[in-house]
Amino acid sequence: MNEIFGAIDAAVQSAENNPILNISIFGAFVAVTLFIVIRASRNNKTAADYYAAGRSFTGPQNGFAISGDYLSAASFLGICGAIAINGYDGFLYSIGFLVAWLVALLLVAELMRNTGKFTMADVLSFRLKQAPVRMAAAITTLAVCFFYLLAQMAGAGGLVSLLLGINDTIGQSVVVAVVGVLMILYVLIGGMKGTTWVQIVKAFLLIGGALGMTIWVLALHGFSLNTLLEAAVAASPAGEDILGPGLQYGANPWDFISLALALVLGTAGLPHVLMRFYTVPTAKEARRSVVWAIWLIGLFYLLTLVLGYGAGALVGAETIAAAPGGVNSAAPLLALELGGPILLGFISAVAFATILAVVAGLTITAAASFAHDIYANVVKKGKVEPDSEVKVARRTVVVIGVLSILGGIGVQGQNVAFLVALAFAVAASANLPTILYSLFWRRFNTRGAVWSMYGGLAAAIILIFLSPVFWGTETSVFKETGTAIWPLNNPGIVSIPLGFFLGWLGTVTSSKKEDPRLAAEMDVRSLTGFGAEKATNH
Amino acid sequence: MTAPHNETAPPGVIDYVAVEDSPQFRNLKRTQRSFVFPLAVAFLLWYFVYVLLSSFAGEFMSQRLWGDITVGLVFGLGQFVTTFAITMTYVWYANRKLDPQAQAIREQLEKQEAGA
Repeated sequence: MNEIFGAIDAAVQSAENNPILNISIFGAFVAVTLFIVIRASRNNKTAADYYAAGRSFTGPQNGFAISGDYLSAASFLGICGAIAINGYDGFLYSIGFLVAWLVALLLVAELMRNTGKFTMADVLSFRLKQAPVRMAAAITTLAVCFFYLLAQMAGAGGLVSLLLGINDTIGQSVVVAVVGVLMILYVLIGGMKGTTWVQIVKAFLLIGGALGMTIWVLALHGFSLNTLLEAAVAASPAGEDILGPGLQYGANPWDFISLALALVLGTAGLPHVLMRFYTVPTAKEARRSVVWAIWLIGLFYLLTLVLGYGAGALVGAETIAAAPGGVNSAAPLLALELGGPILLGFISAVAFATILAVVAGLTITAAASFAHDIYANVVKKGKVEPDSEVKVARRTVVVIGVLSILGGIGVQGQNVAFLVALAFAVAASANLPTILYSLFWRRFNTRGAVWSMYGGLAAAIILIFLSPVFWGTETSVFKETGTAIWPLNNPGIVSIPLGFFLGWLGTVTSSKKEDPRLAAEMDVRSLTGFGAEKATNH
Repeated sequence: MTAPHNETAPPGVIDYVAVEDSPQFRNLKRTQRSFVFPLAVAFLLWYFVYVLLSSFAGEFMSQRLWGDITVGLVFGLGQFVTTFAITMTYVWYANRKLDPQAQAIREQLEKQEAGA
């Protein structure tokens, strides 16, 4: 996420930047969302209110919130920049993020909504032994949230610091702290309802901003994709190579294949995405939310195709690559080129809103998992008042907020972009196998679940630690030190099959039978929606 | 406002094993799985065909079809089209074939629970 820091830096330094204007746009966003969050918090009484917004959102609202949660700054800035410089390969990357939603739509969303209550672990432990399965599911949830959160916090610090013109380490640390405190406030006051509204507002701004810029870019090219591509080819040093694959992933295609696996299978295992399915009243609304999310996310990636090639044509790949933020400065530079400092300020505010919405979603997911799974169901074995569970969740929010502030300060200046890919790899290797097995494979048992979750998690983390991300290259965490034992930057191609394999192996080597009545109950409830958690009425 | 209730219905009210074994439920399950499984396999294969072509058949993907529009770009946009098409097909199927069956069973169970 440090790239955002550089991205804005590039835009800021290349033109007359106006910090007062930027602060005003930020301030307006924070004020509006805080107002909405406070209004939304009036009805936060029960655990269902706090974790699942009383299950009162409609499908379309939740669809917007899902897109708001999913389209992170890496999508917006990263993909625009990748297309601007490497052309086709950036587009190729974006498609995995969209296609992945079909896994969620066809196999996961409705069945999860019907069987669960607040967290992923509710579903996974439904018919298996509560304590070990919940514990494992909570740990993988916390791991995914932590990796994702750290990446976002590092980016938030850099982004806001630059727009406010603060460049020293102490000043940036103060900014990270302010962002963290803001996030804690949102989640503490607003719970899931407030978080959801922040995500909806952000999705509107992000998709609206991208749509406006896309129409602008197309208008400059006679509304013809072909004319735009011609202009991009003419402006690019790579010439017509940007029209075909190879510029970004050509050196090691297996690295991309490994990444593609993690993207397409990881989305349906991201805990903060899964938790969003509980904010709607029925499985049918969960289906509608995914349908809305697919249309919005698909539209957004089509827009980034135009914006990316547009940035290549209008700003130029060389200018973008030479900018301090490298590829990620493409979108801000394009905004500056099109609409001057006002559009740049708006787009930067959108990038900030993006980070804030994503960290809020991650924080409430992690807090719910800790309070509901570890505290209420493992430590207290389910014997806990709902009020005290929410109290623990609120305290966890503060703890997570403080940890992410410290982490965000700690990783300033480090290259932490790999953390997002790692979060997807863990979701695909540790979460998805167990989700699919528990929904569709009757024999699946506790040992299979535990082996698959811990094994997938460990494999993903160990492989990334042995990879060029950490060792041997110029961009490694340990620069130019040692050699990588595992050659690929992405662990998915090994860790995902391993997660599935361990789930199978654990199951067939265990002679312990699970309760057939619970399995039947889960089967019936998941498909019919009988006994599913209802919306709360106020 | 409903109080949070237990994860499972009280034991003995509904015999889930029997419900699961009923022809009605088995039919619903078959209707769901015979649709989503083949479709899931199909879109994953189609996506990985696209990824593998992009990774190993660069020249083919870089061929121009008209103007600056390449085979790869058409394949990529094709992924968007199939994703949207699969989404809408599934919604149509679920609304017509799955929801009525699921609702019928759910209502029966709710009656059974209320009567017990």
